[in-house]
This record gives sequence, C-alpha cells and structure tokens, in this order.
Amino acid sequence: MSAASLSSSINVIRSASFVSDKSALVSNARPSSSSSAFLGSTAKLRFNPLSSPAASLRSSVVAAAAASNVVKEKQPKSSPSGSHLLITKEEGLELYEDMVLGRAFEDMCAQMYYRGKMFGFVHLYNGQEAVSTGFIKLLKQEDSVVSTYRDHVHALSKGVPARQVMSELFGKETGCCRGQGGSMHMFSKEHNLIGGFAFIGEGIPIATGAAFTSKYKREVLKEEGCDHVTVAFFGDGTANNGQFFECLNMAQLWKLPIIFVVENNLWAIGMSHLRATSDPQIWKKGPAFGMPGVHVDGMDVLKVREVAKEAIGRARRGEGPTLVECETYRFRGHSLADPDELRDPAEKARYASRDPITALKKYMIESNLASEAELKAINKKIDELVEDAVEFADASPPPRRSQLLENVFADPKGFGIGPDGRYRCEDPKFTEGTAKV
Amino acid sequence: MLSILRRKATAGGSDAVLLRERLRKSCAPATTRLQGYATAAKEMMVRDALNTALDEEMSADPRVFLMGEEVGEYQGAYKVSKGLLQKFGPERVVDTPISEAGFTGIGVGAAYYGLRPVVEFMTFNFAMQAIDQIINSAAKTNYMSAGNISVPIVFRGPNGAAAGVGAQHSQCYAAWYGSCPGLKVLAPYSSEDARGLLKAAIRDPDPVVFLENELMYGERFPVSAEALDSSFCLPIGKAKIEREGKDVTITAFSRMVGLSLEAAEILAKEGISAEVVNLLSIRPLDRPTINASVRKTNRLVTVEEGFPQNGVGAEIGMSIIEDSFGYLDAPIERITGADVPMPYAANLERMALPQTEDIVRAAKRVCYRSLPMTATA
Repeated sequence: MSAASLSSSINVIRSASFVSDKSALVSNARPSSSSSAFLGSTAKLRFNPLSSPAASLRSSVVAAAAASNVVKEKQPKSSPSGSHLLITKEEGLELYEDMVLGRAFEDMCAQMYYRGKMFGFVHLYNGQEAVSTGFIKLLKQEDSVVSTYRDHVHALSKGVPARQVMSELFGKETGCCRGQGGSMHMFSKEHNLIGGFAFIGEGIPIATGAAFTSKYKREVLKEEGCDHVTVAFFGDGTANNGQFFECLNMAQLWKLPIIFVVENNLWAIGMSHLRATSDPQIWKKGPAFGMPGVHVDGMDVLKVREVAKEAIGRARRGEGPTLVECETYRFRGHSLADPDELRDPAEKARYASRDPITALKKYMIESNLASEAELKAINKKIDELVEDAVEFADASPPPRRSQLLENVFADPKGFGIGPDGRYRCEDPKFTEGTAKV
Repeated sequence: MLSILRRKATAGGSDAVLLRERLRKSCAPATTRLQGYATAAKEMMVRDALNTALDEEMSADPRVFLMGEEVGEYQGAYKVSKGLLQKFGPERVVDTPISEAGFTGIGVGAAYYGLRPVVEFMTFNFAMQAIDQIINSAAKTNYMSAGNISVPIVFRGPNGAAAGVGAQHSQCYAAWYGSCPGLKVLAPYSSEDARGLLKAAIRDPDPVVFLENELMYGERFPVSAEALDSSFCLPIGKAKIEREGKDVTITAFSRMVGLSLEAAEILAKEGISAEVVNLLSIRPLDRPTINASVRKTNRLVTVEEGFPQNGVGAEIGMSIIEDSFGYLDAPIERITGADVPMPYAANLERMALPQTEDIVRAAKRVCYRSLPMTATA
C-alpha cells in the first residue's frame, strides 16, 4: 500500500470512527470473512450450532462490525519498508519492551503461584498487552489509569517498578501497597494508577471522578493548563453493568476528559459475551450517549495506538469522552484458579496466531526498524528484570504485626481535626481511642 | 406526662402533627435548661445549621464541592443547600442525574485526587444503590493502598424514619455503616451538633457518613456564640452528656436523644435520675464516656431507631459487658425499632418506632421499679 492510500485510509478511520453519526459507520460496511470478526466460539454451547438464530446473529454482527474493518484494512503490518511508518525506532522498541515486560511478568506470576509464593486471586493479562501498551505509553505521568483486578500489566506500563508489583503479589512489606492490597488492589499515587477494583464496574465512576477533578482543577481552582486525562480499562462483562451506563451519561453530559477502554476478550469467566449481551457491539453504546464509539483490533498495538492518540487528543482538547472497544483475547483462564474448560481450543489457537508481541516483532523486522539481535537483547533484559523482581520480593520481609491496624484512617486515631487545624489526638488533653496492638 | 395523656386522648388523630408537637415540647425546654450557654441563646434550625456549615466550609476551601440530586436549582430536596448554587455556582454545587452509584463513585474518584466532595443522598435508603462505592472504594482504600491514597469525602443525607413514608424510605443505617472499618459515622442531634460535626466531617481527611434526620431539620435549638464562629467544630469520636444523672444511663443518637430527654423528665418526677448520653459519633464509638457513665449509674438503657438485631445497642451492650461487667446492677435493656419493615399506617408506624413511654418503661425495669406488664397501657 502506498503512502497516499495509507494516509487516506487513516482519514477514513477518522471520519468513520469519530463522528457520532451512525450512518457514516454503517455505510462503510462491506461483507467480510467471519474469521476476522470477534464472534467467539458459541458453537458448542448451542443445541444447533448453525441454526438460524445463531447464523442470523452472526451475520448481523458481521454486517455492522464490518464498519470496523475500515480500521482493520489499514493493516500496517503487511506494508513494510518504504511506506509511511507509524512509529519511529525508539517508539517501536519502547512498545516492544513494554509488551515483553507484561508477558514475562505474567508468566512468572503463574510460575510463582503454582509454587505457592503467590496466593488468593490472580488474574493474568497474557494476550492483551497491546491494549495496555497502546494506550498507556501515550500518557503523561500526571494522567490517571483506572483498572480492574487484571491490573498487573497496567501498573507496569504506567511505570510502577516490577519489584514493587512482585513484592505486593507476594504480600511483602516492600510492595507498592505494603502487602495490604494484593493482586487486585494495586495503587500508586506517584504514578497515578488506581488499579484496584475487584468489583467490576466500580472503577468506572472513580475514573469519571478523576476526570471530573481534572476539569474542576482547570475551571474552579484555576490551575492553568491542567489537561490531565483519565483512561478507564474494563471488560466486556462490565459493559452490561449499570455503573458503566451512568458514567457514559455523566461523562458526556459534563464533557469530561476520559477515555473508556473496553478490553473485549469475549469471556467473563465462563460467560461468553454473546450469551450475556443483547447487542454485542459495545462501541455502539457510545453514540447512544452522544460520544464517539470506536472498535479497534486489540491484538495490534499500532492500531490501538492510532486510535488512542485520537481519543487522548480529543480529551485533552476538552472535546469530551470516547468509548473505545478493543477486540482482544486472554490466552490464559480468567484467573489462575479457572480451569478454562468452556473456551474452544480452535478459538484460542486462532487468537494465539495473532499474538501482539510476535506481530510487532515481525513488523519491526520487516520495516527495518530493528534487528533480530536487538529484540532478543530486549527479551534477555526483561527476563533478568523479572528474575530480579522475584529475588527482591522473596528476600523482602513480610509486614510487621503492628501494620495490621495502621492506615485504616489517614487521621492517626480517627478523632478528626480540631479548629486549630491539627489532629485532635495530638492534643495531650484529648483521650485516646481504644484500638491497641 | 402531658404528651402521654395527649396521645391517649387523640388515638388515631393527625399523628404527624402530634409527633412534631411532642418534639417541640421535648427539645426546646430540655436543652435550654440543661446546657449552660455563655451568652443569651440565639435559636437556629438544624437545617440552617447545616446550611451555614456548608456555606462556611465551601467559602474557606475551594476544593469543597457539593454534589447530589436537587442540591442546586431546587435549593436542596429538604432545602439544606438553599442559596448555595447562587453563591458558588454550578461547578461547585452540582445537580446530578439519578445515578447514585455513578455520582458517588465520581465523588470518591475526585476525593482520591485531592478534592473534598460532599455527596448528598436524598435519603440514605437511596445510598444503598451506591453502597459499593461507599464501602469498597471509599472506606477501604486508605488501607488497601497502605496510606498512599486517602479519601476526604463526606456522604450526608437524612437517615431513619420520617412520617408515613413507608418501608423503603424509613430505614436507619447507623448499624450498617458503623460496623465498617475505614468509615467515620456521625449522627448529630441539635443544631450545634449539626454545625460542629459537619464542619469536622468536611475538614476530615477520611470518609465520613453523616446521618441527619428529616424530622429534625425543622427543629430549633439555641446556639451559643462559640458555635456560630466559623472555626467551630466538634471532635469526632466524643459523646456528649446531655443531662447528668445518677440512677440510669440512657444512650441515644439523632432524634432519639430528644425522646430520651423527654423520658428523663418523666423519670425525674418519679424519683429516677437518668443520665442521657448523646452518642454523636457511632464510629468511632466513645466507649470511655459510656463506660464511665455506666460505672457511675450501674444501669444502662440503649435507645435507637433501627432494627434490633446487630444494632448499635448490641454493640454498646457488649462493650459494657467487656469493660464494666462488674459494675452492672441490672441486665442491659435495649430499645430499638420493631423487627419489621416500616409499616405505612400511622398507628402501626408509631408502634414500630421507640416512643418516650417505651424508654420510661425500660428505665424503670432496670431500676426494678416497673409495674407488672398487665398494668401498662
């Protein structure tokens, strides 16, 4: 594909995706092979796998999802050297390193879990790295990321050191939350990561609140140029939750600088997205509330990055929220305790062949952005980093007993602040509380 | 006494009016007589006390903002936020759509990032739609993040029964929120309490659940000059002895304090001197003050509006048994609402809530001075 046609297809994306005019999206529909559409393997879950209800559902999904093929057909991966490249070498290496870090870290987590070093609920992100890297690497430190329980890789992409994340998972004192949060509750004030919600849908209003704060700081507190954006990551199952719809409404109503990113991996534990959702195309829910809804191939980090650039730019300029649906897949089960029996192995194989890391590697080598040796060196560096993180976590002490009762309140004993502005419990005349270690 | 005779005479009459009449009689005389004010008493309604507290805190700190249904243009569902939209503008007094879970979460998210929201629920019954955000993202976050992220938010609104509003609008949530670590739970009674505690709550760096009462909004109380000062605030976690006594301790919070004071008047005429403790803070509970009082009087009656099982009275009772068992001369009595969803019919509603005579009877029972059950009305 020549540079001209590549850029014209990007323009088509722009007009198709970011105008909340439904007809523009549908008019680009072309019939396509069902192998590229995100249909999931519901075949063995229905009595008649190819009976008319399923088939008609599939065809309607294909027809409208074909609108998103405009994005798919851009296919920068198959257009190597000489054309208009989407990334520079530095950017490419950064993206590669981040995705490899995510993958290596998660694989190590699985190992550690089966060796008993990690416990409880651990939800791994293998396969979805393109979404995290594609969005978070475009953010500044002051921008916020709000995630769910599948938050290790969001934490790593946002800049939380691997050592701190691993220690937190081991439940050690040196973890980012001193061992008090665990796998599902990663918080980092420094990196503006609120990774911590076990309840699906709970993080979406929080993210909307962070966006609200950004707008409030600019308009009420008059902090010039405060243009922090918030990215909220959540799954396909969450898109059926009430809090999601309440926040789509309020974010658009008040034009908040937020991007709602749906990581549609088709499965909510064992519930297929198609069995749970009346209209499975989540991006359509954006225009229903007045904001643009975009569907993107979440296995391709460059496509995700293009869409992310546009959405983040919109939010920074004050044009309001965007809903981005990323079609992606988790290679492992929902959590390490999930036997993962319901998913069709053929579906898994199909997505495994679209591994985002392999795809980026192929692109970079074919575009002469990097050599095999350079990429291997990155792999080795990451392996060493992850090993070091494990050693650090292993060697770290567990929390002291006195830590049990700490940090329930920000206020040391919970008696509030006096009229002089100091904590009341610091006043020697004030009696103490009853909690003792 | 007067109120009991009145009740017998007008059985089935307009009970909402009667209720307010009784409150008026109980609240005004009892508090003026018993609380020594430095200056002549100026009177203020609880609603105005809350309004002035919000006004002053919003003026003092630009990070404080109010959010909820009807708080802006409607001037507040119960007119508590009257005039605030005109004064501070729509960015700071935010009218929300009917999305409790959504806007509560927005408030919590804003609190994570340094603002100081005051989230108003039209009643705490509606807060059940947002309880995930209150407990999981507000109360637990400072602990889960090991002190990295504090949540300086206030959740306020009317709690408990009003008059004839039915089962879904009448529940008391003090026990539910009071059992949750990471929350501070406050329940004011008088206007001074309301002012002082709301100001303390807004300045507090932690999530505070502020339980008001719809029937108390219109009640007037005398306020001292100290209370009118803009830096006035009451300590969280300290109870107040509303009336001193030596024979029995009666603990109560919110509207029940008024009934307890009324009961104390009646008991005084029969020679029982009751000490009324206004809890003010359900969490942290002021165990030292309650224990000290029971050690003095040796008898305890706890009063609350909520459901009996797992209630505030159960916690206070157990606290006394743990710390002051040897000082008790009689079993602890708890007066609570009936163990049923609130009925609508006025006479049934009256039976489902604690009344003054229930408190009087309980106090007499613990003093071993009660009449046999058949003799009571």
